[in-house]
Amino acid sequence: MREQLFGKTLEELKALSIGLGLPSYTGRQLAEWLYKKEISSFEEMTNLSKKARALLKENFELGMQAPAGVQESIDGTKKYLFPALGTKFIETAYIPDGKRHTLCVSSQVGCKMGCLFCMTGKQGFQGNLSSGEILNQYRSIPEWKSITNLVYMGMGEPLDNLPEVLKSLGVLTAQWGYALSPRRITVSTIGITPAMPEFLNKCQAHLAVSLHTPFDEERRKLMPVQQVYPLKEILGEIKSWDFGRQRRVSFEYILFKDFNDSSAHVNELSRILHGIRCRINLIRFHPIPDTPLESPGEETIKFFKEKLMAKGIMTTVRASRGQDIWAACGLLSTKRLAEK
Amino acid sequence: MVTNDHNRVIPVSLSFSQELSDGLFLIGFKRNFPFKAGQVIGIALEENGPRRLYSICSGEEDDEVQILYKVVDEGYLTPQLSDLDSGDTIWITPPGGEFTGNPEPAVWIATGTGIAPFYAMLRSGQVNNKTLIHGNRYLEQYHFYDEFSELLGDRYIRCCSAESDAGVYSGRVSSFLEDQTDLDPDIMYYLCGSADMVVEVRDILISKGIPFGHIISEIYF
Repeated sequence: MREQLFGKTLEELKALSIGLGLPSYTGRQLAEWLYKKEISSFEEMTNLSKKARALLKENFELGMQAPAGVQESIDGTKKYLFPALGTKFIETAYIPDGKRHTLCVSSQVGCKMGCLFCMTGKQGFQGNLSSGEILNQYRSIPEWKSITNLVYMGMGEPLDNLPEVLKSLGVLTAQWGYALSPRRITVSTIGITPAMPEFLNKCQAHLAVSLHTPFDEERRKLMPVQQVYPLKEILGEIKSWDFGRQRRVSFEYILFKDFNDSSAHVNELSRILHGIRCRINLIRFHPIPDTPLESPGEETIKFFKEKLMAKGIMTTVRASRGQDIWAACGLLSTKRLAEK
Repeated sequence: MVTNDHNRVIPVSLSFSQELSDGLFLIGFKRNFPFKAGQVIGIALEENGPRRLYSICSGEEDDEVQILYKVVDEGYLTPQLSDLDSGDTIWITPPGGEFTGNPEPAVWIATGTGIAPFYAMLRSGQVNNKTLIHGNRYLEQYHFYDEFSELLGDRYIRCCSAESDAGVYSGRVSSFLEDQTDLDPDIMYYLCGSADMVVEVRDILISKGIPFGHIISEIYF
């Protein structure tokens, strides 16, 4: 299988051009064709010589892939299925909401993290996506030009695949790439603390951290990662970082009935987040098969939000979207396809 | 800019490197720091090289720190690590993590090199009231059999998926657990292994009435 061009950075495109005996400026021309124009073959790269096109075609493939399937929710959310890693599949959620059109991309096939509440975790880990496979989820859907926000909250843990995630962010935000504002991009992490400094240093995208309870003992029952990267280390890392005025850190908090939805949780959240300019994004739990966890009622969500707001913590509630097609938060899975 | 312990490394010199069975290695270096049985350290081949986490596989008071690892052919670190010999240098992070032992009764469940934290607990005298269920593909992979069986007796249960032998359950750990009808819901269950194993075993335990709050997992990241 030939190497894919799509997903490579400008530096990589220049280097491979030189490697083929082509001028280094061919790299910039390639970036234009890959990320600024809409092509489906090397023949369409008309400002390259025939020799250059032949050489490229001999050694590479473009790498864009159309979705293998799509499901549409009654609320307008779409879940796209993409091939990945040759024989596997990933899912991508497109969530239109008025003028805001959000794309939720995957960074891995499956996930190693094994969170109790997550459907992706139940399929185990099948591999890391390349930068091209991450970007392809954006570029190869019909709605790509209308997307206003991009979130790395699909399948997988982005900071467990940091090199490829950073490459994809580079292509998305560079002027030679898609030139998206990094303020329109949020990368979510479970809290892989050793990778956080590199992420924060090398890109300007917003950071979202999966919190889900302020208590260590509870968190380790939900999230095995707590054994290795405890909450206090994650918060210590964040507190030491200057996010500036534009960059945002938020905490994802899935509410589980009678588990993490009490006043004690509000008080402890207020205590541990003191000193961090942040917001909490409350998410209603979407039950998965055989789960011992339950979803709280709307009243509980309202209560929790009001209590947090009263503590001075900016709090939002994420709307549940695409639940009927298993596209909502925590429901993405290609386990059945991975087993074929 | 912060530098937490996970990003601080020191060089250590290997005192030995031994291939225990096909692709399964045990390495050791002099212990010059305290740790709690069950904790992990990060290992790198160079000061600024990529790090991977491994559970310490030796006791809190042992002279040497040991690490058990399986060579992953397509991996970055383990193929190179397996080429190292006594006297070669690796870089390690300070120990960390909270998957540590306690004196309460518990069931330990491990597959493959997931045995490492439990061996550290055994070597640290934290084996009382424990039952160990250990899964491997081949019989030759139960390298700590003598010590576990001496201290645990019939509370050391071996599950072997590719070979059979007297006193060994034929099948995977998940099959063994599916066969159980009297798992104690009042004690803790500690799981260590791959993500696939952990999520599968956790689901089985929950289906058999173990409260999810009694299941603590450590996954190879």
